[in-house]
Amino acid sequence: MSRRVRIAGKVSQMALVLVGILVFRAEADDTCLECHLQLEDNLQAPALQIKTDVHYQRGISCAGCHGGDPAEVDPESSMSPSKGFVGTPKPQQIPSFCARCHSDVEYMKHYNPKLPTDQLAQYKTSVHGKRLTKGDTQVATCISCHGAHGILRASDTRSPVFKTNIPKTCSSCHADQKRMAPYKISTSQYNDYLQSVHGKLLLEKKELSAAACTDCHGNHGASPPGLSDVAGACGECHPSNRDLFEKSPHKEPFQKARLPQCVVCHGNHKVLPPSDEFLGVSEEAVCVRCHRPGSKGYEISASFKTLLDSLKAVTEEARQLVKKAEVAGVKVGLTKFDLKACEDAIVRSRSELHSFILTDFRTLVQDGMAKAKRVKQASLVSLEDLEIRRKGLIFSAALILLLCVTLWIKIRKLDSRKENP
Amino acid sequence: MRFFSAVYGWVGERLNLTPLVDLIKKKSVPAHRHSLWYYTGGMTLFFFAVQVATGILLLLYYRPTAEAAYESVQFIMTEVKFGWLVRSLHSWSANLMIGALFVHMFSAFFMKAYRKPRELTWFSGAFILFLALAFGFSGYLLPWNKLAYFATKVGTDIAGEVPLLGHSVMVFLRGGEEVSGATLTRFFGFHVAILPATATFVLLLHLLLVQVQGMSVPPALEKNPNRKSIPFFPHFILRDLLGWLLALLLLVVLASIFPWELGEKADPLAPAPAGIRPEWYFLFMFQTLKLLPAEIWFVPGELVGALAFAVGGLLWVLIPLLDKNPTGRWGHWVSRLGWVVVAYMVAFTILGYLWPAGK
Repeated sequence: MSRRVRIAGKVSQMALVLVGILVFRAEADDTCLECHLQLEDNLQAPALQIKTDVHYQRGISCAGCHGGDPAEVDPESSMSPSKGFVGTPKPQQIPSFCARCHSDVEYMKHYNPKLPTDQLAQYKTSVHGKRLTKGDTQVATCISCHGAHGILRASDTRSPVFKTNIPKTCSSCHADQKRMAPYKISTSQYNDYLQSVHGKLLLEKKELSAAACTDCHGNHGASPPGLSDVAGACGECHPSNRDLFEKSPHKEPFQKARLPQCVVCHGNHKVLPPSDEFLGVSEEAVCVRCHRPGSKGYEISASFKTLLDSLKAVTEEARQLVKKAEVAGVKVGLTKFDLKACEDAIVRSRSELHSFILTDFRTLVQDGMAKAKRVKQASLVSLEDLEIRRKGLIFSAALILLLCVTLWIKIRKLDSRKENP
Repeated sequence: MRFFSAVYGWVGERLNLTPLVDLIKKKSVPAHRHSLWYYTGGMTLFFFAVQVATGILLLLYYRPTAEAAYESVQFIMTEVKFGWLVRSLHSWSANLMIGALFVHMFSAFFMKAYRKPRELTWFSGAFILFLALAFGFSGYLLPWNKLAYFATKVGTDIAGEVPLLGHSVMVFLRGGEEVSGATLTRFFGFHVAILPATATFVLLLHLLLVQVQGMSVPPALEKNPNRKSIPFFPHFILRDLLGWLLALLLLVVLASIFPWELGEKADPLAPAPAGIRPEWYFLFMFQTLKLLPAEIWFVPGELVGALAFAVGGLLWVLIPLLDKNPTGRWGHWVSRLGWVVVAYMVAFTILGYLWPAGK
């Protein structure tokens, strides 16, 4: 072994020892952790949990929130009010307790310039916040959703406020019948949400763009959307349908009758996957819940359904013809793109429905049907190629048959010459 | 005619063609009531020639990857001039070649053409049949469509059932645990390089043996002192040519009535479509395996079936060595057994097509 290698080895050993000493000192400096790790149950748990806490990892330890002097070994002294020790905040104090830092724009910039600092202001507008101000300590505060010790970033998949965990977190209180009894509010939201299109997308398919509770109700400022705000809430993700509804003949009567806009047809927590059967005058249709037979609305509902069904039927015929041509191996080319335009027309029509203006809808449907008919025509022309090919081959077969007959005659002649030389 | 005479003269001055011409003039072929079956060999050869010609044309555009195979066949069928015709002829001719091979093999079997001294002709012919089946199996996957994909999956699964070597054979065929782009690439390699090279060699050997030993005459007619024959040229050649033309006619009629389809592109993640079945020439085996119970005694039914086919195939190949006295009592039993085999194959193939999907 060369001298240089030996020296490098010694230096590495010394560096390791030095790092060990520094780590030990850092642990020893925080007497809060040192003592609480020796304790049991509730007094030990925070010390165990804090290791993964985002604050702790950024250098804010127990004293960062609770005050006191973590350098003091004597508990009396380290947890002395004279050293700024505030102990465990009461539920009413928690929002402002967290807000000491989280509402301080300058301070928060050092850690995460992107993080909003209006959580407390938002919270005060929430139903939770308002009730807390009135002295109801059963409502959710910051720690109800984020946890107290071991707080994770919201982007951490293990965090209770990570998108896919939000429904479960909210349901921990809102699905609790005993807890919700004094407020006289339903506890079925979570079960309804699980069956909804949003719930299935978010929880089963892990589609993070699907709506969770906070997308409609807000997070820190959580409250039920007002009757006239429903379209606004839904429209955050479905802007086109919102804009169409805004100009629809339903807008005003709904407002007058205090009907909750989108929710009237689609429901709220249990928003089922939209179906074309919602439309029209069948038993499943939502239109007939308000529009009685013989009324103008009833007839218009039926017309919407008929138009949409016609577009779907023609598009399906076009799709089948394109598929037939493609499977047969004849040139389809741009017809497939045109078919996509027909399928888009169905999607656009389904959206256009939300304006409930029959003339606009009819124009769109007729445009789609014209495209579908062109696709059908183009596919039929492509399929004619098969016939042309077939005719060509039949002609060739006839020529070959003629050649066979000629050859057979020649063979017969040869045979007769052989027999009668 | 003067042009041909001039060419013949020019070549004759450089190469002595007289022995060859004398041989052709002197050569004759037996003529009897079963001599029609002689032409099935020529028809098979004709289909093979069509396969080579159309295969080379397809090779100009075909791309052997999972991403491009289907699209390249689609391009051949829609954009390449007469590409649809070339592809349709290739697909139909493949099936007809195997059909003609079966007919040729059974005609040779029932006419006892395998008897001494033509054992080697039989062995080489049997080998050609296996090569043709391998051609069919490997070529079926190449368009990378849904049916082909799942048929290959089922076919290679069966290979994987064989004890000891089965799994290794399956992995070798697939190029991995699953049917994938790697399978397509190696099947392409088998189809256009390994199999054609082997087939050409064995086919030449088979033809050479036929030419050297002449056509076999059925034992019942062999001893007839008034046996007739026809000159090889032009009488037999013209009849052979007529056979080729009829084969071409059949090919064209089938291609025009039932143009070979492109199908839907394979999607390995999609569930297997109902009623998946292999090409017709494997169907009797597939149907048998389907009807076998899950376990026979304590051995998996499919394994018993696969082994039975392997043993049956081996015995069939070794018939010339087993049937030492083709005209005797044992020889008659062998012929009867042959008819049972034909009936079984036909019945199970029909059953395979009639069997309800998904059962």
